[in-house]
This record gives sequence, C-alpha cells and structure tokens, in this order.
Amino acid sequence: MANADCIVIQGSNMAECHPVGYQWVAEAKARGAKVIHVDPRFTRTSAVADKHIPIRAGSDVVLLGALINYVITNDLWFKEYVGAYTNAATLVHADYRDAEDLGGLFSGFDPEKRAYDTSSWAYAEQGEGAIDEPGLSREHGAEASARAAADTFGSGGPPLEHAEVQRDDTLQDPRTVFQIVKRHYARYTPEMVRDMCGINVADFEYLARSITENSGRDRTTCFAYAVGWTQHSLGAQFIRAAAILQLLLGNVGRPGGGIMALRGHASIQGSTDIPTLFNLLPGYLPMPSAGRHDSLSDYLAAVGSKQQKGFWADADAYTVSLLKAWWGEAATADNDWAYDYLPRLTGAHGTYETTMSMLKDEVEGYFILGQNPAVGSANGRLQRLGMSHLKWLVVRDLNMIESATWWKDGPEIESGELRTEDIETEVFFLPAATHVEKAGSFTQTQRLLQWRHQAVAPPGECQSELQFFFELGQRIRAKLAGSEDERDRPLLDLTWDYPTDEHGDPDAEAVLAEINGRQLAGPDAGKPLSAYTELRADGSTAAGCWIYTGVYADGSNHAANRKPGREQGPVALEWGWAWPANRRVLYNRASADPAGKPWSERKKYIWWDQDQGKWVGDDVPDFPVDRAPGSQPDPALGGPAALSGDDPFIMQADGKGWLFAPKGLVDGPLPTHYEAQESPVANALYPQQQSPARLVFPRAGNFSAPSAGTPGAEVYPYVFTTYRLTEHHTAGGMSRWLPYLSELQPEMFCEVSPELADERGLEPYGWATIISPRSAIEAKVLITDRLKPLAVGGHTVHQIGLPYHWGVGSDAIVSGDAANDLLGVTLDPNVQIQESKVASCDIRPGRRPRGQELRALVAAYQARAGLTAETGNRAVTDPMLED
Amino acid sequence: MARRSFLQWPVVRQLSTGDLLGRGPAVTSPQTRSITPRTVTADRVVQSVCPYCAVGCGQRVYVKDEKVVHIEGDPDSPISRGRLCPKGSASEQLVNSPGRQTGVLYRAPRSTQWQHLDLATAVDMVADRFIETRRRTWQQEDEEGRLLRRTMGIASLGGATLDNEENYLIKKLFTAAGAVQIENQARI
Ligand code: SF4
Repeated sequence: MANADCIVIQGSNMAECHPVGYQWVAEAKARGAKVIHVDPRFTRTSAVADKHIPIRAGSDVVLLGALINYVITNDLWFKEYVGAYTNAATLVHADYRDAEDLGGLFSGFDPEKRAYDTSSWAYAEQGEGAIDEPGLSREHGAEASARAAADTFGSGGPPLEHAEVQRDDTLQDPRTVFQIVKRHYARYTPEMVRDMCGINVADFEYLARSITENSGRDRTTCFAYAVGWTQHSLGAQFIRAAAILQLLLGNVGRPGGGIMALRGHASIQGSTDIPTLFNLLPGYLPMPSAGRHDSLSDYLAAVGSKQQKGFWADADAYTVSLLKAWWGEAATADNDWAYDYLPRLTGAHGTYETTMSMLKDEVEGYFILGQNPAVGSANGRLQRLGMSHLKWLVVRDLNMIESATWWKDGPEIESGELRTEDIETEVFFLPAATHVEKAGSFTQTQRLLQWRHQAVAPPGECQSELQFFFELGQRIRAKLAGSEDERDRPLLDLTWDYPTDEHGDPDAEAVLAEINGRQLAGPDAGKPLSAYTELRADGSTAAGCWIYTGVYADGSNHAANRKPGREQGPVALEWGWAWPANRRVLYNRASADPAGKPWSERKKYIWWDQDQGKWVGDDVPDFPVDRAPGSQPDPALGGPAALSGDDPFIMQADGKGWLFAPKGLVDGPLPTHYEAQESPVANALYPQQQSPARLVFPRAGNFSAPSAGTPGAEVYPYVFTTYRLTEHHTAGGMSRWLPYLSELQPEMFCEVSPELADERGLEPYGWATIISPRSAIEAKVLITDRLKPLAVGGHTVHQIGLPYHWGVGSDAIVSGDAANDLLGVTLDPNVQIQESKVASCDIRPGRRPRGQELRALVAAYQARAGLTAETGNRAVTDPMLED
Repeated sequence: MARRSFLQWPVVRQLSTGDLLGRGPAVTSPQTRSITPRTVTADRVVQSVCPYCAVGCGQRVYVKDEKVVHIEGDPDSPISRGRLCPKGSASEQLVNSPGRQTGVLYRAPRSTQWQHLDLATAVDMVADRFIETRRRTWQQEDEEGRLLRRTMGIASLGGATLDNEENYLIKKLFTAAGAVQIENQARI
C-alpha cells in the first residue's frame, strides 16, 4: 500500500481496526498519495484521509458500478492491460441474458429452488457449444451454494473444461465480455449514485477523477476493504465489483495496486488456508459432496481439468498428497488413496445451519474454540437457545466467556425463556494457552506466515489446542483400538504420532513439516519438499496443505525467518514466508507489459530478462520463470504448459483476469445492485428488490422487517450498522477481561446524528432502546455529526452505528447488551456469510424492559408491522415475474 | 524544599546533557532515574506475533523467572516496525490478567453451578461423549445408497485466533471421525 498513488478505503475503518497497518497508508499519503474513505460513518480513518464520502450502508455496488461506467464511457480504461490480461475479448454463450433484460434477474433463475442454473453464463466454445465446468454433471447453483463452492476459489479460480475460448480482440462483438460489462453498467450513473447512495455528484466526480488520474502505466490505485464489504447478502459481489474496476484500470498484480482484504483475526487467513470450515480441505480443495464427488475419479474430474490452463490443473497431485499425509501407508493406489475415508457433504452445513440444526435437536456435542458465538454471531438469542438443546458443550478459552455461561446468567435466563434447572446441557470449560505459551504460526492478512516462539509454559491446567486435540485424538484412538467396525478405520489409520516435549505438548514444527510435505519414495525419501510443483499424484509425495509447501524447505522453518526489515529491501522476502512460494504480490507478471517490459520505470517490479531468458525482479515471479513473453503454446496442452506469455493469472482456468465470471458465482456473473434483506429504500435500478439467490431462514426468532413500499416498513424506519472499536476485539473474549482495554472502552453505546436524536427525543449520554424484529437492546447515546442523515430517493435515511463487543454475563470486567442480538440470519449464497452490516430498527429513549416484558416489547413491534416468517423472504419481487 | 542550585536549572540541564528539546534526560525525575526498565532485568526475550488482528505486528516478549513481565513491539518487523496498537500493547494482560481461567470447570445437567474436574478426567469424559455421540448419530449412506460416512451430531466453531498447526490437527481429527460441521470466524 505504501507504493500506491491513491488509496480508496471502503467497507473498512482501517485506522481504528488495523491501526499499525495504517502506517503504510500514512506513508503513502506523506509521499503525496490521495486517500479517500467511503463509509457510512466519519471515523478516525476519515479524519486522516484527504476526503470522507458518506455512503448509505449496503449501496456500494451502485457506486462501484458507476465508477466502472465512468471508466468505460470516458474511455479511461487501460487498453493494453485489459486487452491482453483480462477476459474482455472473450465471447460469452449466445443464451446469456443480462439483468438489464430481465428486470434484475440473470438468465437461468429457478424461483422454486431460489437459485440459478448458471449454464447460460458460460464462455462460448469454438462452434455452438459452451465451455462448462469439468466433471460428470453440471452443478446447479442451488447445490453449489449449499456447499459454498465459492470458498474453494481461495487459491485459484473456478475450473473450466478447457480454455479454447472464442475471442474478438476488437472488443466490438456484442457478446464479448467487454460489451456485456459496458451494457450492464450503463444505467449506473452519477445521478443514480446520488439517489441510491446519498453521495452528491461533485463527490462522485472527485472520487472518479482521483482513481482514474492515479491509474495507468505510471500510477496505481489500491482499494482496501474489510467486513464492511463481506457481511452482506451480496458481499462477494461487492468485492467482485472492485475487482472489475481494478482490472479495467490495470491495477492488479502491480506495486501499489490490488484490493487489500483487511482481515480481523491473527490467523483468519490461515484458518481458511488450513480450513476449519465445513466445505474445504486444506489448500482450498473442496470437501467431497455426495452425488458429485462419489469416487476419487469423480472428485478429480470435477475439481480441475487437465485441459484448463494453469496450476490448478494439477489438483490431483495436491489431493493425493493430502490423503498420503493423513493416512500414510493406509492410503494406497488400490484404495484410491483412502479417498473413501473422507466424509461427504449433502448440502449446507455452515455455522448458521448448525445453529438451526441445534434448535431441532440434531446436534448433540459442540466445541467452541476461542470463539464467542453467544455474543459474536448474528441473532445471538437463537445461538444461545440452540446451545440449550445440546447434550454436551466444550468451551476452550482464556476467559469465562458468555458462550460458557449463558446457562446461568444469559439474557434468556433474565427474560425467563430458559431456567437453569431445566437445562440438560453438560458444559466443560477447558482453559487455553495464550499466544506466548505455545509455539506455532499465524498467517496474517497478506498470506504471510510468521512463527511465534514459545516464551513460557501455560499456567495451571491451560493447554494449547495442539495439545488438547492431540490428546483427545490419542484417547479416542485408544478407546477404539481393536475395533473391527469399518467406520473406525479412518481414525485408527490416521497418522497421529507427533513428538512431544516434557509437558506432553506436541512439537508444532513437526506439524508444520507435515503440512509442508515430504518425498515418500526414491533416493530423497523423507526429504522435505521445497515447492508445490514437486507434488505428484502417484503417492510418491505427502503434503498436508499444498499451498504451504516450501515453508519448511530444506528442513528449516521459514515462517521463523527474521531478518530485520531495515536490513532488507521493501519487499522483505526474508521475514516470514508467504504462500505460495514466498511470493508477496500475486499475479505479478502483470506488472510488466505483454512484451515483458515494466509498464514504467516508476512501477517496475517483475520483468523479462532477455539475456538470462527468465523473469526477474524484486519479488518471486508469479509465472513459469522461463516462459517468454511472446510464447503462444497450444491451449490444448492444458495445465501450466498451456499458459501463454501473456496469461498472468496463472491460477485462472484461462490465464486471464475475469471481468465477467462465467463460472464460480451463484448469484450472477456480474455484480448487480440489490437492496439488503431489510431496507427502507426501494431498488431504483430494477424491480427486483433483494438479491434473488440470497439464503433466507424463515422461522420464528428470525423474522425480517418489511422493505420499502411494503406494509409495516415504517415500524422499523432506521438503518443500523455494526462495527468494531480499536480497544476491543470482536465479541470481547480477548479484550473485555483486560483491565486496560476495559477501562478505555467500558460501555456499549450507539452513535446517532443530532437530527435523529431530535426526531426521537434521545438525550446525550442517556439511554436508548433499539428494537429490531429479533430483539431489543439498550445502549448509551452518543450524539455526533459523524453520522450524517442521507438524502436518498427523495427522503431522509438515518443510520445508527452500533459497536458489537459487549455481551451479557457476569464474569467480564465490562458487559453490556450485544448488538448481534438485533441481527437476523440472511446469508450471501456464495460463501454463506451473514448480512450484519445493514438492517432495520427503531430507536427510542430509555432503558429496555426487563424480564418477560422484553419479549413482549419485541412481539408488540412484530404485531404492529404484521410480521410473519415469510415477511421479506420472497425470492422474486418483481410483480411482472412473480411465480 | 532545598534551594535549587543554578546547575539544576532546566535550561542548563538541557544544554549540559545535549537534550536540547527537553524531552529526554534533562527532564527525568530522580524517581525515574532510580528505576530500571523490566526489559533490562528480563532473563530472556522471545520473538512473537500479536494475537489480535491480522496485521500481524511483531512482538518481543520479556520473560523473568518463567513469567512474562512485558510485551512490546518488535522493531525488526518490516510490517509493524516496532509499533503496537492498544490491543497489542495490552497483550501482557491477556497472559497475566487476574480474571483469566487456569482451571477446568464442569457444569452437570440441570446444575446451577460449576465444579472443578481434573484435566485428565475432563478430556476422558469428552472423548467418551465424542465416541457415543458419533455412534448414535452415524450416517453411513444417504437414501440413494451413496456413501456419507459421517456424523451430524458433532460440531465445532473456532479457529481464527488459533495457529495453523492447531487448525490442521482439528481438521484432520474431525474429518477422520466423520464430523463435517467444522466452522470458524472466517464464515462470520
Ligand atoms: S498490535 Fe494492533 S494492529 Fe498490530 S496486530 Fe495487534 S491488534 Fe493488529
């Protein structure tokens, strides 16, 4: 970011939530870069930016779409970059119909399944056909959504059968991606931005000019976002919209460009790379699904195709190496490398589905590991009620968090909905080790693994997760030893023998070595692998997570590399280790022009050295190192060999950056503006109000407010958005027990504008009660100009800001009502993340009622608005299209 | 109060110590001069990483008598260059906070309070429940006879503040056991 000439921070309050990272923005600004903050609230990020542009929460696609339109209509796109490196010239199949033609729906929507058949969005094949995804059968959007298939594109793009596309390099054919994108965004105008986002035309032009003037050969613009973009019913599309814009401006794969995902937890990147997620195996390989991946050959055929371009074509090697790492000798060619030891998915099994299953008594046991869902997950009341249905609950944490104590002092005990003496759940609280009491690696937000050395032993009965799970596994295996039951084979055959220290703590480096992988056969048997390109599908290699292969090259722990920053260049390749291959900027071949020369001296990064016949530069080149810029291998070769000299996106099936996504997304190939699940504003772009493919949970306890124009909308007239403070960490488990941090931010509050305070009679520093269709909470009132009422679609929209760190319990130093109790569960269909950045509420002065009267208040509002489980949950809202 | 000598005048001190702006030794009090920083008396310093957000700031952990006495920013880190925000700076309290739980607790069905269990007993009880639930809720095949090989009776949430190595063992063990509902903050 320090190399950027313009930085747009949108969907993030970086200065407060990633304060130390912000020094690089400050550094860019000191060197003359322009910094613009687009956010519903004026925050400390806005205070240190060149400009703050207030926006209505949830309207970001209108703004980004209008920027795309501005770039195209004013002919400001980076022609050479777009023509060579993106799929702009690629032809889409003739059956494709755009949302412009169908009232906000794309072709293929099935109202009954509430999902798309995405086949008409495919690339055109030579001849009449379409380029499908590989595999035996085509996957319907409903199934892809259930297994959140988009998560599997964390290290490479969606697979294609092959990459023999049709192109029109003049970009004139109406079926080219370029023309489709141009038509799709033609109505996303500055006036639409004014009417939908509440941003005036002058501010829009300032933003548009800033990014276009700071993009091109000599200059680059960077976007940064956080959960302000992800936590929406179309969150993945917010990020896609920014990606389209950045590709059009040539800002991907170049220094000072890109889209920075500012992640909120020390190893949240690591926990998706080596996933504790239902739908993934390590390295973004999908968990197998019944019916789609029944055998290893079905699985491999569907995961990637040998005919597509790039390194994802070798997914078979990554898969077999993983199975060898887990089941060692028991994984043989004859048993398909123990593929049938893997359990199968049959739909959505994400955390919110699990909550719903708990309420149906389908889940008996639940582990909570350094997480506080009673406070931190959407619809906290359903979370806690769900836990009261469990037979047993294991909470592992440093502190006695609310997820461990809801059975004695949670809000439902106070409201009388639950009685401690009636709750059957057994609860185990097991104390955990802190980050300094164990060794191990975190993967931070730029994919960098950093090793932590152990400083001291954990106190008392505290244990690391490593030790707890190692011991739990040992006990389970010991109890099952000798079992003849076939279902126990995967546990008994599991490789589970790690060296331990004198306290029984397993050696984390031995685990890292297994993740890295090693040779199993030949003269080098046992030797650590140094690159994922060494992995083989014949059982001769083992690796627990292919993208991390190389972190333990030569048997040394590169995550622990610690050459001081001041002793190396700005790329700092000798501090930690970044996946893949210690590369710091992905797709960096795009930092050179098609002929392999830097786009400019100023933005020089990786280039082709004709004399040496290889790519060289400041970083590890993200390209076959000896593939000359002019190479045009036959695409039919498949895999890395098929990559042309100008295919910088080596993990994409066609080597190009995707403006239009023919595969991989389930709610549309192009980002399209829909209103949130709950909105006081009608969608001015289409008759379709909400994203038709969003995932809804129509049930008691999860009612939605009516949207604009439907009866009852006036009962919940205000928009609220949730956010973090510098001094706290998510649901507070690591901050509300610390004296310093609790003193700095002791109390739950709500931010409202002076105008809203007047309208509702709210007193500064007095109490307010905020009521949503799910619950009511109380908070101290902070009246501030930081929240501006916005003029949207002819009326005023008031927004309320709510930090979400507090929870109700009696053990923390500070407690308070939880903002997440107000939220409902509606999910993005690509990734199953909840919409928590925008919802509807009412606010009134005074504290909330206690005891049973709390639920009575919520029920009275629901009755006034006429809510039922169906309210707000229609898939198709256009009366012309209704089923 | 004793009469101050001319040599103690601030301006003179600023000139004589070379601290011209009066922000260093010229203005330290006798008390400040008499104390030694914890960083000097520590037995060892260990390099670590802040456990809060994903910036990944470098930390130096000072240990004395097998206790963490101080945590500060690591100036070697090219990411953070020695800086920490309020959370990272407070992380010594994460380790030493008086409210931290260091013992195992157990709440029996319908009970109104916690009781202590020793660690080995607790882990053994969890292993028993894991095995029982797994047996009771096992799904070998779906209605069409396709392999499922799983339990939907066991779920887990957590991982975004855990180490890669820990997540690896969690995913490996649960997957081998057939538990698929493994989730973490990344979904939230
Ligand atoms: S010190 Fe602050 S900015 Fe740095 S990693 Fe920790 S929480 Fe993030």
